[in-house]
Amino acid sequence: MNYSALAVLAVLGVLVVDLVVYRTRMVTRKVFWAAYAIIVTFQLLMNGVLTGLDVVVYDPDTIWGPRIAYAPVEDLLFGFAMVTLTLASWAAVNRRANTARRRGFETDTRPSSTR
Amino acid sequence: MGQLTYLALLVGCVVVTAPLELLLRVRVYARWRRLLLAVVPEFVVFVVWVLYAIAEGHWDYSGERTLGLRLPGGIPVEEVLFFLVVPLCAVLALEAVRKVTGWDAGYPSPDDSPGSIAARNERGADRGAESGTGIEEAER
Repeated sequence: MNYSALAVLAVLGVLVVDLVVYRTRMVTRKVFWAAYAIIVTFQLLMNGVLTGLDVVVYDPDTIWGPRIAYAPVEDLLFGFAMVTLTLASWAAVNRRANTARRRGFETDTRPSSTR
Repeated sequence: MGQLTYLALLVGCVVVTAPLELLLRVRVYARWRRLLLAVVPEFVVFVVWVLYAIAEGHWDYSGERTLGLRLPGGIPVEEVLFFLVVPLCAVLALEAVRKVTGWDAGYPSPDDSPGSIAARNERGADRGAESGTGIEEAER
C-alpha cells in the first residue's frame, strides 16, 4: 500500500477508535479543534523544515503530488491521525482513572502522580 | 546545523512548550504516568508505520541532517523520539486550551474547582497514595 492510501486509512481508523472504541468523542469537541488548530500550525512549521531541508525525502511514486509548505499533503493526514490518537488516548486514560477512583475501585492506572 | 538539525527541532518543541507546564500549570509532566500510558497506542502504531514505510521505500532520512544512529529496521533515533515529543506537545496544547477556555474535554480536570468531585477525589487519592497502597492497605 502506498503512503496516500495508508494516510487515508489511518484517519478513518483513528475516527473509529475515538468515536466507537474509546467513545472519547474528541473530534466532536471544541477544545480538541482549538488545540488542533495550534498544533497543525506548528506541524506545518516543523514539517516544512524537515522536508524543506531534505531531512526526510519522499518517493514521488508513493504520494499524490501536491505539497503544502514543502511537505506532501499526506503528512497532514498522518499528523491528524497521530495527534487525534494521542489526545483520545489521553482522554480515555484520564476518564478511566477518574471514574474508577470515584467508584472506589483500584486500577492499574496510578490514581495520581501529581505530588 | 548539519547532523543536529532533526534533534534540534525536537529539542525546540520541548523548550517552546515547557512554559505551558511551568507558567500555565497544566500538570501534564506532573501526570507523567498517565501520559506514558496514553502515548503507547500512538507510539506502537506509528513506529510500525515508519518501519513499513522505510522497508517499502516510501521515504528515507538524510544522513547529513540526522545523527546517523539507526535502530533495527533502519529507523533513525530522532524519528523514535519524534513519536514521544510530538504527543507530549499535543497533550500540553490540549490541556492549555482547556485551562484557558474551560471547555469540556470529556473527563474531569484535576483542578476543576476546589469543591468538585474530581478535585476532592484527586486530594483523596493523594492521601491514599501517601499512606501506602490505598484500599489493600486499609483492608489489612
